[in-house]
Amino acid sequence: MDWSPMLISIRTAMTAIVITFFLGTYAAKWIFRLKSQKLKMIIDGILTLPLVLPPTVVGFMLLYTFGVKRPLGKFLVDYFSVRIVFSWTATVIAAVVISFPLMYRSARAAFEQVDMNLIYAGRTLGMSESTIFWRVLMPSALPGVASGGILAFARGLGEFGATAMIAGNIAGKTRTLPLAIYSEVAAGNMEGAYNYVLIIVAISFLIVLLMNYFTSKEKRYQMKR
Amino acid sequence: MKKRIALLTLLLMVMSTIFSGCTSGKESESETKNETESALQSETQDVVTGEETTILLAAAASLEYCMKDELIPMFEEANPGIKVEGTYDSSGKLQTQIEEGADVDVFMSAAMKQMDALDEAGLIMDDTIVSLLENKIVLIVPTQSQLTMDSFEDIVNAETIAIGDPESVPAGQYAKESLESLGLWEEVSAKASFGTNVTEVLNWVAEGSADAGIVYATDAATTDDVVVVAEAPEDSVSKVIYPVGIVASTTKEGAAKLFIDFLQSDEALAVFENYGFTPQ
Repeated sequence: MDWSPMLISIRTAMTAIVITFFLGTYAAKWIFRLKSQKLKMIIDGILTLPLVLPPTVVGFMLLYTFGVKRPLGKFLVDYFSVRIVFSWTATVIAAVVISFPLMYRSARAAFEQVDMNLIYAGRTLGMSESTIFWRVLMPSALPGVASGGILAFARGLGEFGATAMIAGNIAGKTRTLPLAIYSEVAAGNMEGAYNYVLIIVAISFLIVLLMNYFTSKEKRYQMKR
Repeated sequence: MKKRIALLTLLLMVMSTIFSGCTSGKESESETKNETESALQSETQDVVTGEETTILLAAAASLEYCMKDELIPMFEEANPGIKVEGTYDSSGKLQTQIEEGADVDVFMSAAMKQMDALDEAGLIMDDTIVSLLENKIVLIVPTQSQLTMDSFEDIVNAETIAIGDPESVPAGQYAKESLESLGLWEEVSAKASFGTNVTEVLNWVAEGSADAGIVYATDAATTDDVVVVAEAPEDSVSKVIYPVGIVASTTKEGAAKLFIDFLQSDEALAVFENYGFTPQ
């Protein structure tokens, strides 16, 4: 069996989750701090969009942004000799964009669960906003943020539609597990597809178990209070 | 409890309406087929009185544009009194329809396989079969490509290559056959993105995502965003032949023969050439 799809998928998902984690958490923090309710709703809507849109629409938009003929894509090619489409980087970008809303929403929900009194207390103690974020907010919100991160990782691992559109289906480079499964099925090679399916089911199930563990931890934590 | 039963029954009713909706599609399809058949039958009577005849052409999907837009109108103008109705689909599906008795007069497929199958079943008038066209396997690049690409073998200069999946796409199968005989398959497949159909491959190159790709000449002709670099060397790949023939069950042999003769005429072949086909 060709192990490259699994290796590519894991590499992509791991790189993507690191990026998504920081992007999502910072976005959540920013929205959390925002005063205007209207602005909150609009921006939240935009940030959640990749989650509710069909992945092919997301793929289309990414192609429209990074495609070799489009302004940004062309700029990258001309000045940095970097072509995003059909590269491994494209698989990461697709995974990040698709999984971002999950991370963002989970983090935001987790932040909103935190008792505001803790934050006020921190402010009266003269802590800077940054210290409050890392020392008060994050630790309290950690179970929710962690389970969000795990969910985002799983979503990035399973990404197919947008990946196929901007990363192509290059064996050994951009053929992730979902793409490999699709190719094997199209070729009528059900046995080959089955092996890949088993792997992805096993990983995904493990992820869900981990997520349940973290959310149960969160429940126990809340009950303590 | 009663509420639950009521809800369950409602759900079942909804589901059964949805499922019956799925089959009704098929029913209406055969209904229209019957309509076409009876319409054709009434036309047959007109042949006797010398009025308008209609013949039904079943042709491969890749022939739709050239037939519908140019060839059929040309033929009808030159032969007032004969109308040609076209149905375009994958050659395999059309073969099945003819086997099931569809009232087709002329059949043109994208490969010898389907024509041979019908011939063996005695459904085609064997002396009317003509290998009319050839489609070529070509190497294409995006229009704005800066790469040095002069020959088919230059495909290796591309960083990213788009090819139909040889396991499932005929155009990909031909591409692999050609590259294998040129000894380039290993190198090319290492950097090739496999498309699940030939149009996907074409679009990858048209978008510039892939530096080069292999498609049919006729696909390349449908868009201005790609440029044909070269055809696959003749001895490297088996020919993609499009044969045409008269269906044995036809009642309008005269009109069908006129149409097939027209397709072999110089003006028709010129039209085919414009669309990217190679006359035989």
